Amino acid sequence: MTFEQLAFYFFASVAILAAAMVVTVRNPVRAALFLILTFFAVACIWMMLEAEFLAIVLILVYVGAVMVLFLFVVMMLDIDFDQLREGFAETLPIGATVAVLVLLQLVIVLTSGPFELEQVAAPVPAAADYGNTHQLGLLIYTYYVYPFELAAVMLVLAMIAAIVLTLRDRTGTRSQKPHEQTQVKRKDRVRLVKMNAEKKN
Amino acid sequence: MPEFILSILSIFPDWLQVVLASLIKIIAIVAPLMLAVAYLTFAERKIIGYMQIRVGPNRVGPRGWLQPIADAFKLLLKEIVVPARSNKYLFVLAPILAIGPSLAAWAVIPFSDTLVLSDIDASLLYILAMTSMGVYGIIIAGWASNSKYAFLSAMRAAAQIVAYEIAMGFALVGVLMAAGSLNLGAIVNAQAGGLFSWYWLPLLPLFVVYFISGVAETNRAPFDVAEGESEIVAGFHVEYSGMTFAVFFLAEYANMILIAMLTALMFLGGWMSPLGFWSDVPLLGDGIHWLLLKTSAMLFFFLWFRATFPRYRYDQIMRLGWKVFIPVTLIWIVVMGVAMFLTPWGHLFH
Repeated sequence: MTFEQLAFYFFASVAILAAAMVVTVRNPVRAALFLILTFFAVACIWMMLEAEFLAIVLILVYVGAVMVLFLFVVMMLDIDFDQLREGFAETLPIGATVAVLVLLQLVIVLTSGPFELEQVAAPVPAAADYGNTHQLGLLIYTYYVYPFELAAVMLVLAMIAAIVLTLRDRTGTRSQKPHEQTQVKRKDRVRLVKMNAEKKN
Repeated sequence: MPEFILSILSIFPDWLQVVLASLIKIIAIVAPLMLAVAYLTFAERKIIGYMQIRVGPNRVGPRGWLQPIADAFKLLLKEIVVPARSNKYLFVLAPILAIGPSLAAWAVIPFSDTLVLSDIDASLLYILAMTSMGVYGIIIAGWASNSKYAFLSAMRAAAQIVAYEIAMGFALVGVLMAAGSLNLGAIVNAQAGGLFSWYWLPLLPLFVVYFISGVAETNRAPFDVAEGESEIVAGFHVEYSGMTFAVFFLAEYANMILIAMLTALMFLGGWMSPLGFWSDVPLLGDGIHWLLLKTSAMLFFFLWFRATFPRYRYDQIMRLGWKVFIPVTLIWIVVMGVAMFLTPWGHLFH
């Protein structure tokens, strides 16, 4: 077994084990941490495929930002574990059916026709000075420019929708208005009072 | 690598040679870094001392020079107290998660034209990814301690770091637009030509935003609400003692040095001499000493900030990050893009 194979099996088994832990572990914070480990292992596999840009961006975006916010929310939740386990027996058959169906579909697709291992040749290893980032940029901004722009528009749309849906005009809040604070003049805040000296009785 | 080390290594099999050579290089980076961290704490206490007209530590060794060594021994020998109802595994894991990324980021830092451990193509992205992971140590520490103060601090740190990371990332977008590369060595080489070819001048807004975001990202004063001792005792490390506390401390200072060195590499010409026409003169020309000098100067700012500014209020930190820094960086990126591709002034940014 070569070093690459050894590394692949290591990262793949870490990814699968961690993914299994995400759904089986009881504590939601630990589940989120296992999800981070899954992302990490997958990023390492991508790195082995010479897709270093995607691998680093996966860590940067998902591990560095998305999961931080995810943990933020999960830690704030006050989850009652007994309540979570209550409906387990009733939903188990449905969940098991869905899982088996998905597994079957995956097996059928991957063992038939164009996705078979013989159909896809192993990629030629790139030269040492090959820059994945540069190539990806070239492709995105030339060949795939319309799908790329479309995805960007959809993301902006989703972002604006999220803001609009949660925006409420509340009256009576006591928030600060920095532009008013910085424009304050001396005469708005200080009142000089002229008074005669008082005499001691 | 020096000849005699190579000759010693040649007695081992090939694969072991690679591993051992990498290990030696890693030690050659990490050991001076740890020493720099120790003496940065000493410099901090001395400099802030003089700024406040005190003398600072002056008892251990000549003029107090052995103070950081004594501190290290004190922390090593203290008992590690694990709170009774804490999450024990995560409690111990948190400091490791804090120091891991802050050391891993050093793997791609070029110290001079040839002196770099791993010269990867996307080193800027790698550094961003590593620094963005440092927050997990703080969040997990806050949560695993099972203490109100620690938890509040973790929440503050998470929100703050996510906010400032975006501004930081956009500042770096400007740098890579100007240099046309994600490789740190190539970014430094693109700044060749002396003081006025460095990126601090054409990218001045991004330089300021990057450095201040760096101060916020490392949870340093005046952005240190995550450990605001007047409100939440010591924040995320309130329950930590002995070596576990020291590891958090090491991570914070290693991150400070990293941010200072990155600022020097990306905006202040890295190892380039400020006098471009003297680049071949020994000592005054290009070399690692310039990089270290610039890094030290940026580190002095970290300490100066701490001695000068009062702590920001939390909502003001959020406002500065989201409503001031991100718009400034976005506008400057658009200005650069328009100037580079639509007007004849594009050469100003190259």
